[in-house]
Amino acid sequence: MNFIKHMARLREFMILCIVIGVILTMSFASPHFLTSRNLIALMLGLSIETIIAVGMTNLMVSGGFDMSVGSITAFIGAATAMMVTFDIPVFSAVILGLCIGAFIGMLNGLVVAKLGINAFVTTLSSLSLFRGLTLIVSGGRNISGLPESFEVIGQSSLLGIQMPIWYAVFLVIAGDMMLRKARFFRQNYYIGGNEKAARLSGISVDKIKIINYVLTGLFAGFAGIVMTSRLGSASMTAGIGLELRVITAVIIGGASLGGGEGTVIGTFLGSVLMALIVNALTLFGVDVYWQTFVIGGTLLIAVVIDRLGKIRREKKNLASGRGIK
Amino acid sequence: MSQIVLQTKGIVKNFPGVRALDGVDIEIMQGEVHAIVGENGAGKTTLMMILAGAYHPDEGEIYLRGEKVVFNSSIEASKKGIGIVHQELSLVPNLSVAENIFANRQPIKALGIIDLKKLRVNTLETLSLFGINSIDPDCLVKNLSIANQQLVEILKAISTEPKLLILDEPTSSLTDAEVKQLFKNIRILKNRGISFIYISHHLNEIFEIADNVTILRDGRVVANAKLADVNEEYLITNMVGREIKSIYGKREIDAEIGNIFFEAKSIRKKGVFEDVSFYVRKGEIVGFSGLVGAGRTDVGRSIFGADPIDNGELYLNEKKIKIDAPKQAIEYGIGYMTEDRKVQGLYLAFDVKSNLIANRLKDFTSFGFLNEKKIDDNAYACVEEFCVVTPSPDQIISKLSGGNQQKVLLSMWFSIKPKLFIADEPTKGVDIGAKSDIYNLLRQLAKTGVAVIVISSDLLEILGISDRIYVMKEGRIVGELNNKEANEEKVISLATGVEYNSKECQ
Repeated sequence: MNFIKHMARLREFMILCIVIGVILTMSFASPHFLTSRNLIALMLGLSIETIIAVGMTNLMVSGGFDMSVGSITAFIGAATAMMVTFDIPVFSAVILGLCIGAFIGMLNGLVVAKLGINAFVTTLSSLSLFRGLTLIVSGGRNISGLPESFEVIGQSSLLGIQMPIWYAVFLVIAGDMMLRKARFFRQNYYIGGNEKAARLSGISVDKIKIINYVLTGLFAGFAGIVMTSRLGSASMTAGIGLELRVITAVIIGGASLGGGEGTVIGTFLGSVLMALIVNALTLFGVDVYWQTFVIGGTLLIAVVIDRLGKIRREKKNLASGRGIK
Repeated sequence: MSQIVLQTKGIVKNFPGVRALDGVDIEIMQGEVHAIVGENGAGKTTLMMILAGAYHPDEGEIYLRGEKVVFNSSIEASKKGIGIVHQELSLVPNLSVAENIFANRQPIKALGIIDLKKLRVNTLETLSLFGINSIDPDCLVKNLSIANQQLVEILKAISTEPKLLILDEPTSSLTDAEVKQLFKNIRILKNRGISFIYISHHLNEIFEIADNVTILRDGRVVANAKLADVNEEYLITNMVGREIKSIYGKREIDAEIGNIFFEAKSIRKKGVFEDVSFYVRKGEIVGFSGLVGAGRTDVGRSIFGADPIDNGELYLNEKKIKIDAPKQAIEYGIGYMTEDRKVQGLYLAFDVKSNLIANRLKDFTSFGFLNEKKIDDNAYACVEEFCVVTPSPDQIISKLSGGNQQKVLLSMWFSIKPKLFIADEPTKGVDIGAKSDIYNLLRQLAKTGVAVIVISSDLLEILGISDRIYVMKEGRIVGELNNKEANEEKVISLATGVEYNSKECQ
């Protein structure tokens, strides 16, 4: 499957170049940029969405899609915080929280794979359902007063770097390797590439699809726990719009809504690029309202470049006299 | 003396790196059916795209009834009277037959509102032109059979009253009976003075319908003939530039047919097929014939577990088995090569080697991780063994020609070492050279003791390759013929349920 690597590498390489370009420009332009404090802050800000993006990349490679990750993040954050305040031991509460996240993912997956309902519609419902449930369960109040043993998950450091960054880095490296090399996850490229053919190739399409949603839910749940722990409270507005940021990063990173392409490293670079742009705008004192606008522009440019590349390839294809039959 | 409708002089078309057409001269007379044949990549499609105004030639001129024309778009070509029916259907599935035929030209009332009554009347007129009364103008296109959709497509082109109609592989999804009907209709139009350019890989069709033929090879006209003066060998030799003898091959005397390997007893899929029983022996090639929609493909898919059967029994080596998913079938050693390689067979955006391993990823896995070296080795071996023409196994498969794509698909399924191999339309849309290779491969496979099922709409293919033939009609097996007693008439009369007389259309 060299071509996947090849194509994705092209895209990854391209983003990497842009990322390095932005870093260089910024380090000349602002003395505050290339400081470990700024960079760590930047990474910390990225860590939550990166954790979710690892699951989302796997899902989107298979042609799936999940709008509900932001709500799952908030819901699991709140649910775990409540369990902890009800004196359930932290370890059990975290495991339970992760299980609920995975369970929600499974519900999404069952509806999509077994009932054949469109992934966007299904997860859009879950987005509302679990945002609503978060509000109902918590009565609309933030949940704070969490014990230190819980806060240690997101607030402690290792080698001077905060734990959320370690989680994200670990998941990116492990996730990238699994998606590239492991047979189980590579089946996702086949499913995303041509679902009908995958079925006839003897791939258990439905089962794998469901597992993908389970993983997405699990990762979103984990992100929720880390976020709650780091902030020291579960916020009702946590994770609003998170799904769009994550999906944007995945697409900038080289995946498509159609499936069959994308890598975790690409997604990570996509995330970094977006964060850098936001960081740059902040350092230059550009009005925060511009941030969303610029992110939109970045996404559009990324997909337009991708499309133009494809059109060029198709033309070449035509020229060889083989594409038109 | 009839008049020349269309003439081209020295048409050249270059694509970066390739000269697709290299000085092509053709002449089409009024009221003739002019066949254009050639292997894939010979330039037929490029030439048609130029005639239909979709491409602009780099050099050369087109004359329409003696007048020089330059088309800047397909709309201009259509206005000047050149219609084209592409191989791939371009209908809107959710609109009615009438709206499809008169797309963009619907009769309107005041305020631009579509005059539905008139639309219906116009459509009925068009349909009756062909003596078709089985299609309701208000029926949605998606509810029609593929054959009828093809007919609607042709009617749509004809309703613009073209002087010249280009038909690009019009019969690729039609059964023989439907082809006869199509030819009848072409003859009606021909007698009204409409000219046809007819492109097809099916040489027997060309002999039946066309008056003259132009043979293209590598972008050049290599021969030009009246069909009455030449035979099939002449066409093939000119097309491929070498001689091919008997493309279907022959059963070798020492290749023995063994015991029954696979048997289906009264299998049923509700609403699709009923009470279907058949068997295949080791080393035997069994053909499944019948009209499109007769249930041949459905039977193939269901014994492979793609759409599992509702009732009935399946036996493998006299042992009863149950198959609910393709994964199980593959484990039992059953391979199924789909009729629709682009939609259900291949991963078009992926490279050749990734396609080759799709149905047996497990074989390339060590400790849960895929082994790139094994994948590469496998790809090189398959490409060599199956004579796939590709620059490298890393080539994206959609860039290969249809024949080579089909060989990759075949290789992918041969590589699971099937004991029962089901090939659904194994040579659909591939050229003669590749066809002959594919038949040869199927014969080789059978020779090694594999039970082979070939499902096909191509009657000559079924008769040419099968040791035994099952004919299906409306979801049931209506006849079984061995290759000594089988002939076209018998198969068609079983498939259609009517006595067939081959002179009916002449």
